Amino acid sequence: MKQLARSDTLREKVEELSGQNVFACYQCGMCSAGCPLSEEMDLLPHQVVRGLQLEDWTVMESNTMWICASCLTCEARCPHGVDLACVMEAMRQLYLRKSLDHIAIDKLTTEEIARLPQIALVASFRKKTG
Amino acid sequence: MKGIAYFPGCSLKETAKDFEISAIAVMDALGIPLIELKRWNCCGTVFSLTSDDLMHHIASVRNLIRAQEMESPEVVVLCSMCFNTLKRVSLRVNRDEESLTKINAFMNKELDYAGEVEVKHLLEILRDRIGWEQVSEKVIHPLDGVSIAAYYGCTLVRPHEVGIDDTETPTVLQEMIESLGATAVSFPFQTECCGSYQIVDRRDLVINRSYRILSSAQRAGAQVLITACPLCQYNLDEAQTELAERLPDYTSIPVLYFTQAIALALGVEAGTIPDLLAESLVGQEIPKKEETTR
Repeated sequence: MKQLARSDTLREKVEELSGQNVFACYQCGMCSAGCPLSEEMDLLPHQVVRGLQLEDWTVMESNTMWICASCLTCEARCPHGVDLACVMEAMRQLYLRKSLDHIAIDKLTTEEIARLPQIALVASFRKKTG
Repeated sequence: MKGIAYFPGCSLKETAKDFEISAIAVMDALGIPLIELKRWNCCGTVFSLTSDDLMHHIASVRNLIRAQEMESPEVVVLCSMCFNTLKRVSLRVNRDEESLTKINAFMNKELDYAGEVEVKHLLEILRDRIGWEQVSEKVIHPLDGVSIAAYYGCTLVRPHEVGIDDTETPTVLQEMIESLGATAVSFPFQTECCGSYQIVDRRDLVINRSYRILSSAQRAGAQVLITACPLCQYNLDEAQTELAERLPDYTSIPVLYFTQAIALALGVEAGTIPDLLAESLVGQEIPKKEETTR
């Protein structure tokens, strides 16, 4: 499987794509406390931000960015105005812009495609394919 | 123009037909008919969150141009995901001349978008232009004794600049419910995410979330749950089918679009309503099309 090439500019890339300052985060954990999907994540949202602050590439291997559904609960509650949904989107885009998709569209059955609402399919493909 | 320019979106024409059917009937009854945009297209479903990605705003901008062609200063949306996407795009390009110029230059076969169309949710029109009192006056079958949970989900209330109400404690749906004579049920999970598009390849996750939302609403005494999102509606209903098989004690509750509740109270076409609910509404005769499907 193709891998993402590492460089020492992870934080810069994420900040540029997301328009967010990851150093604005002071690790209060409000995002992780309110995240409705955090139990599915192997790194909590605030831990991902900490990894970015420390230029730790292992955050790119966590499933967190793919579980995040951009519900914006964290965005609404962050006391320092960090839009974490934008950070997660930027991290996804680092993969997707290298054509490293996270969903296999060809594995979906015809029945599934017929049954699922159009907004579910389009949103999923927008979030998980490049 | 009598009426208001209206963007349906893809789901309302397929999996969420009841939403559109009931909304059209309700707005006709309230004297502000919905006028569908001509040649509308998918809005893109989700707002692109990366700062450099203008390309994915174009689908939404095209729809704003369709409203502009009708000389409408606004466009009303029912699906809360489409509403969120269209409104966020409108805020981005209406305020940012550089993005607008780039997008207009790219779409060389369209008229330039002037950056002036306002995106509204139907609930805003009902609350701010018509008013709940006036809705109340048109009620012919009060939903007395029915406890309805107001489920907002994400895209109706977040982010703050797009939301139609307070991000943490919205009240617009409860006000609507009370105006129909029903009892509004508030519950702790009313603005919690159902898992959204993860239903496509992480079904387990959505079932889990939906169970918590539904059981929280039921513990608060809800007999019916209403939503403005075709994806929430699908996820919660889909979860209930599975929960009923897995958990012997689980009792399903109807998950309706808010417009269906209004339509029932106004005595107009409400789309498909579960029989049990129809019966519980004191044996009222519920207008129903022969061929309504979900």
